[in-house]
Amino acid sequence: MFKSSFLGLRLTVLILCSVVLMAFDHKQAQFKQLRSALLTVVSPLQIAMDWPVQWVTWVRANVSSQQSLIEENADLRAESLYLRARLQRILTLQDENKNLRALLQSASPIGEYFSVAKLLAVSIEPYLAQVVLDKGKQHKVYMGQPVLDAKGVMGQVVHVGALTSRVMLITDVHSAIPVQIARTGMRGIIVGNGPRNELQLIDVPDTSDIQDGDLLLTSGLGLRYPPGYPVGTISTVSNPVGDSFMMIKVKPTAQLNKSRQVLLVWRKSKATFREAENSLKQLTQQRQHS
Amino acid sequence: MLRILPNGSLWIIFSFFLGIVLSLLPLPVWADWFRPEWLLLVVLYWALALPHRISIGAGWVLGLLLDAMNGTLLGEHALAMAVSVYLIVVLHRRVRLFPVWQQAVVIFGLTLLYQLIIFAVQGVIGEDPHTWLYWAPSFTSMLMWPWIFTILRDWRRRYQVT
Repeated sequence: MFKSSFLGLRLTVLILCSVVLMAFDHKQAQFKQLRSALLTVVSPLQIAMDWPVQWVTWVRANVSSQQSLIEENADLRAESLYLRARLQRILTLQDENKNLRALLQSASPIGEYFSVAKLLAVSIEPYLAQVVLDKGKQHKVYMGQPVLDAKGVMGQVVHVGALTSRVMLITDVHSAIPVQIARTGMRGIIVGNGPRNELQLIDVPDTSDIQDGDLLLTSGLGLRYPPGYPVGTISTVSNPVGDSFMMIKVKPTAQLNKSRQVLLVWRKSKATFREAENSLKQLTQQRQHS
Repeated sequence: MLRILPNGSLWIIFSFFLGIVLSLLPLPVWADWFRPEWLLLVVLYWALALPHRISIGAGWVLGLLLDAMNGTLLGEHALAMAVSVYLIVVLHRRVRLFPVWQQAVVIFGLTLLYQLIIFAVQGVIGEDPHTWLYWAPSFTSMLMWPWIFTILRDWRRRYQVT
């Protein structure tokens, strides 16, 4: 008989190992480095899995008729023209805003720049609100980096491998975003509600002015997401009896399960950002002491 | 040439690789819920056929790999895999004598246990799946077992994996 007498012992050891690993992974931030290393190990596989999908897209692009390409091109040109026209307007507004801020002697907002990343076509467990991107540490992706798509905020980077990174979507139960209602300027926090493509605006008192269809923008208060990007629109508002807070459901504006291309965001001036972060830290420390 | 890896180890590794590829293969959202636990099935086959070579240690390491790919807590899939493989190793003499459909029922139970462990861990960290569809892979894995069993047994005999 082979080593079956040790089988139970080995199982016990492995169970202990797993439990310890899970506990540390859940609580210790240092473990993120191990996660990043592991993500680097599996990233070649993830990239390889994406090839067939890319190939299909490439073939489809190649066999599509000239007629449809011409049409698509015309559409894109029209869209580009339209966006350019709007950009002109935004540029003048930005200038005006800068001057007004100078008059008020307040700091000008921190700019950001973007880089396009692609979602890798790999499947993960369907109950997890996460996606994998084709950019990693090599492309200067960092932990906690905000990710947007064309319509709004998608989430933030939670694990960075060398070549790929993993993004926690805003629908994840661990995600929270400080937001502001565009119409009234009221602030609040949006939390994820699990992978049901639904968000929740929490801790809003009964008497607040909130309507269906209100647009929610990032307020930038948590210093993680850049301010002023759309997060969602309010879909239902209800007042549960006996509860002093409203029950507010929010529909994300970003196309969480459709987008293939996303934008990674970097801050332009890190110094200003760090300053703000430090003063926030000091503030919270003071509050903890008092 | 392949003398370094004894008795067709390469085939076992290749089957694990295929299992990983199948569990990463992108599917439409609705079909994602029904994806069989491919890697678990492959590991269970080898543990059933060659328990002296593929046992809980291999299962644990492959489970850890699944955790790394899925972004779940490290050790979550590893724990579930080790427990399921343990049971099949303990029962391997009996299960080997079963006809294939009866084996499939055993596999159903083991996959259910595997999913239950992951469900429990997800529940503890507050990320439990909110739909009954979560349990669908147990059924699809059961349906896939006869095919996996036949294919891998064929490999084992043809390439003399012992």
